[in-house]
Amino acid sequence: MKIDPIHQFNIEPLFTIGHIGNHTIAFTNSTLYMFIAVAVISLLMIGGMAGRQLVPGRLQSIAEISYEFVATMIRSTAGAEGMKFFPLIFSLFMFICVSNLIGIIPYTFTVSSHIIVTAALALLVWFTVLIYGVSKNGLKFFKIFLPSGVPIFVLPLVVFIELLSFFFVKPVSHALRLFANMLAGHIALKVFAGFVAMLGVSLGAIGWVGGIAPLALTVALTALELLVAFLQAYVFAMLACIYLNDAIHPGH
Amino acid sequence: MEPAAAKLIGAGIACIGMGGAGVGVGIIFGNYLAAAVRNPSAAQGQFGNLIFGFAVTEALGIFSLLIALLLLFVPL
Repeated sequence: MKIDPIHQFNIEPLFTIGHIGNHTIAFTNSTLYMFIAVAVISLLMIGGMAGRQLVPGRLQSIAEISYEFVATMIRSTAGAEGMKFFPLIFSLFMFICVSNLIGIIPYTFTVSSHIIVTAALALLVWFTVLIYGVSKNGLKFFKIFLPSGVPIFVLPLVVFIELLSFFFVKPVSHALRLFANMLAGHIALKVFAGFVAMLGVSLGAIGWVGGIAPLALTVALTALELLVAFLQAYVFAMLACIYLNDAIHPGH
Repeated sequence: MEPAAAKLIGAGIACIGMGGAGVGVGIIFGNYLAAAVRNPSAAQGQFGNLIFGFAVTEALGIFSLLIALLLLFVPL
């Protein structure tokens, strides 16, 4: 029997909205799960804060903890001035975290396992850094390419590395990290789950009993994926904070 | 050699690069743990730096994984 670990990432149109030129604009399963993620976040934040009790209940606690978590992260990496970007960072963190966590549920679709989604999010951060940095600091923003205290004869090399880092490595790795982590994690889950079926089909009763081992491993991997889903959202948001810190305080 | 076979071998070779990222991530977490055991009160303040170093190191392993995935799943 053949297992297909890539099938879960297929994008299927649910219904067509219209056409632009030769391209079909469709409402796909990816769109649906993005809407679900936004709906879950809205319910959590609006529903959680509707009561506004002095002693918070469960929902209100989650809303308050997530606010405090992101606010602490911004204050420690980008300083108090970074708090003006709180809405951006908070939206990024909650969207990625919730869509990753929804993706762990079997038979669902993981939005962040498509590079087009993560690249859009990473470019949003990158252009925010570039535009805000230039508009706030003017030409002084480009001091991030000229670290102070570097000997003059290695300066061209350092400037080249800094330019390459800012224009290529940072946005590409920002998008790739989230995408590849989710993709690799979900492929690994499918491959190990496939072992159960392969053992059972090829060996019969002995195979189904032996399949307990890969099944246990799949459960353990799901727990690991739960950690990765949260950690990658945290890493993405924190790198966004660190890049924004460059724009707020240029010059190393 | 057939192109399909060469692609599979290339994907396998590309995955060697992930070993380097594994070593790097191990060094980062190992050193963090060693420092945290020596001075537990300062450990919480360095958690952000830990995650940042982990993310930057991991990115390089992800690049080689990406090359392997491109070789396996993108038709040339």
